[in-house]
Amino acid sequence: MKSIRNKVCAAALALISALAGTGQAQQSSNDSIARELDTYRSMMKSDPWSNPGMLDVDRGQALWKTPEGPNNVSLEQCDLGLGPGKVDGAFATLPRYFTDADRVMDVEARVLWCMEKLQGFERVKLLTRPHPSAGMPVKDLGAIATFVAYRSNARSFSATFSHPKEKEALALGETLFFRRTGPMDFACSTCHGESGRRIRLQPLPFFSKAEEARKILGEWPAYRVSTAHVMTMQHRIYDCFWQMRLPEVELGSDISIALISYLVKQADGGEIKIPGMKR
Amino acid sequence: MSARPRIRLPDSVSIGDVIEIKTLMAHPMETGTRRNTDGTLVSRLLLHTFEAKFRGREVFRAALHTGTAANPFISFFMKVPGPGEFEFTWVEDGGARTIERSALKVS
Repeated sequence: MKSIRNKVCAAALALISALAGTGQAQQSSNDSIARELDTYRSMMKSDPWSNPGMLDVDRGQALWKTPEGPNNVSLEQCDLGLGPGKVDGAFATLPRYFTDADRVMDVEARVLWCMEKLQGFERVKLLTRPHPSAGMPVKDLGAIATFVAYRSNARSFSATFSHPKEKEALALGETLFFRRTGPMDFACSTCHGESGRRIRLQPLPFFSKAEEARKILGEWPAYRVSTAHVMTMQHRIYDCFWQMRLPEVELGSDISIALISYLVKQADGGEIKIPGMKR
Repeated sequence: MSARPRIRLPDSVSIGDVIEIKTLMAHPMETGTRRNTDGTLVSRLLLHTFEAKFRGREVFRAALHTGTAANPFISFFMKVPGPGEFEFTWVEDGGARTIERSALKVS
């Protein structure tokens, strides 16, 4: 009896130590995967010239200057907040309140506004499937937004959020960020509420930590290797909402602008390095 | 509107320098093995050849295959014989060619 019990104990011990061994192997293999991924990311970033997102910066610039739409005018009179046609540094000051539209806008909402008001494009058409599917290039609106963002490179996020409507957007964004909702009871903070979290192998930024928020916000719009296109911040938010099983969020809606306002505020002072490069 | 290829040449070079030439080209590089959401096979559409000429003479050539990522970035090195013009050509399945020219200034 006793010897059987000893054998069972020994077997159990062996099993436990085997399991512990697996755990360690798992841990070190995770670390080595993380290291390899870091190598991969730094190789992709090492030469900004290898970033295909630059092709869309060029495309956006050409689109900005080319007369388009029913009115056949270019976007060169578009006011991004620093006066008509002033592109350099404009992205760094967004989101902001625009008197003409009487609302707070981020870069994409503002480009959408200019395409609608100056060029005469139909808003509904611009908002139908505004984001590219995998393998397809970013839509014109996104390319233009990428070009505008690129022209704030090496500057810092410096939106002031001083207007009452800007403060309102900020407060709404913060509330939405932490409010659990939808069938899965998810909030943005479920995934982005602490350091070191990840989905599969993608590390997720903790947005309440300025350092992490600055690094990430400064990289969007970014080129995604897996889908071979530039992804904008509105598209990123759209995808997060989809992942949270929430209703589709419209490009430039009050909700996405509020969230972007909150994120930009968290990243205040961070350097802009557009386009980023994602897996 | 599709993007023009991007070409990066060094700003100032001297005869005899070895320089890096960087090119970036927008292309889906469809492998022919991928299926649409409705299950139909997406037909192959690759850039199969990249060639670079300098002063009319071929200086670099690459064959591209299904393993090349979308929007291929290609860089190569050349010893500078003197001033002149590059001609870069990407050849797509079916024979469509994209040609981009760029002058190299030599001090």
